[in-house]
Amino acid sequence: MKLSVLVNEGPYQHQSADSAIQFTTAALKKGHEIFRVFFYHDGVNNGTRFAVPPKDDRNITEQWTALSKEYNLDLVICIAAAQRRGILDENEAKRQGKDGHNMADGFRISGLGQLIEAGIQSDRLVIFGD
Amino acid sequence: MPMLHTVNKSPFERRTLDTALRHAVKGAAILLIEDGVYAAFDGTVVAEKVKSALKDHKIYVLGPDVAARGMSEHHVIDGLQVVDYGGFVDLVVEYDKVQSWL
Repeated sequence: MKLSVLVNEGPYQHQSADSAIQFTTAALKKGHEIFRVFFYHDGVNNGTRFAVPPKDDRNITEQWTALSKEYNLDLVICIAAAQRRGILDENEAKRQGKDGHNMADGFRISGLGQLIEAGIQSDRLVIFGD
Repeated sequence: MPMLHTVNKSPFERRTLDTALRHAVKGAAILLIEDGVYAAFDGTVVAEKVKSALKDHKIYVLGPDVAARGMSEHHVIDGLQVVDYGGFVDLVVEYDKVQSWL
């Protein structure tokens, strides 16, 4: 079945980021297609490669990147939510005149239309948030 | 199949379990995840409400979130079904829609 996932919280706000990645992993292992994972609100904080959690802490961003490599996942970060929180890819950094970019591998920045499309194209949309 | 309602807040913190039960039609299922699993334990002040909801709904609880809170399946109310993340996925597939009460 074709599923999409919406993540509304970052790795350090609420358990929902952990729940989302575990659900996504389980769905992929069962052979379902994940059409898209959309990161909205504080969920965009899942996509910064500049976070350096202690070695004995889980690193959700690296887990998303690894999952995206293994399954060719479409990890989409909401542009408006990302700009507010300082999550930038190379293009956005250039466009906004910033001196660095922090988007992790496997993620891409796009708009809310991608969430709507995920809702329409997928059989189910599962929401994780606070 | 009717809807799957997920509840992720403790019934001692928020009213989302009540809201979910109020909106769930007969035959709809409830899945307790994250702090929502506190509603699944027997002997609490909400246990009777959960037991009576079993008449109209299948109620599931996410086992890893039960374990993460230092509890075990022995604490879970009889009649509730404990599932893992794979079981969560199966429920999402089995029911027509998923409503996440946040």
